[in-house]
Amino acid sequence: MERIPILKMGEFLLVTIQVDMHDRLALTLQDDLTSQIVQHGSRGVLIDISALEMVDSFIGRMLGSIAGMANLLDASTVIVGMRPSVAITLVELGMSLQGIRTALDVEKGMASLRTAVSESESADAGSER
Amino acid sequence: MPMQVLSAESIPLRTSDDVVLVRQAARKLAVALGFGIVDQTKLVTASSELARNTVDYAGGGTVRLETLRQDRKSGVRLVFEDQGPGIPDIDLALRDGYTSGNGMGLGLGGARRLSHEFEIASTPGIGTRIAIIRWK
Repeated sequence: MERIPILKMGEFLLVTIQVDMHDRLALTLQDDLTSQIVQHGSRGVLIDISALEMVDSFIGRMLGSIAGMANLLDASTVIVGMRPSVAITLVELGMSLQGIRTALDVEKGMASLRTAVSESESADAGSER
Repeated sequence: MPMQVLSAESIPLRTSDDVVLVRQAARKLAVALGFGIVDQTKLVTASSELARNTVDYAGGGTVRLETLRQDRKSGVRLVFEDQGPGIPDIDLALRDGYTSGNGMGLGLGGARRLSHEFEIASTPGIGTRIAIIRWK
């Protein structure tokens, strides 16, 4: 079965979506990512969508669910590399992906994940006191 | 000047793989007509929403993809037809957030916003026909 590869890099998982995603592939990715977060105890997920020429409501919803599921599993999610034409179209479609952390490229995305993780760690430390 | 149809092709819509084929075909036409990247993306996204609706809610159907010329402008028309259960309340179905399935309810209203022209006709028990045009 076709799958989108997930790379482990330290405490983060990296996914680059390079194919025109059909619906089943999107759902498989959701399952694979959540199991790997648990398996590796990952603290963050970075999803690179710079190769995606369009994001419709189905893919948008899947990105939102992944962020929501990861959050429940104590991991932060950042979506990076959205093309300007995709951003314009998504907003007109009525989907602004609010509540999802985004960054312009992989480097800024990694920095954003590190910040998110250190914030959640200092919050944990604060609550234990 | 009346509208001329320059080319037409049909694609059957049965599975989510067909949704991908429709997106690719719509993009090819938009590129051939010289659409800019934002117009291409809007057309392709609208085609994806409507194709998925046809597969998910009507149990399948067909889409006809046409290139058009009227006066000096060119455009792409997509006509989705199915013999599904039909839409009893079109106004309600067009409203954002309304869904009869498990989607977000952005499909129909979103596709309308992404198109220059939008026509819908639906008869419960007979089927639905939705036509959109995006001009260059």
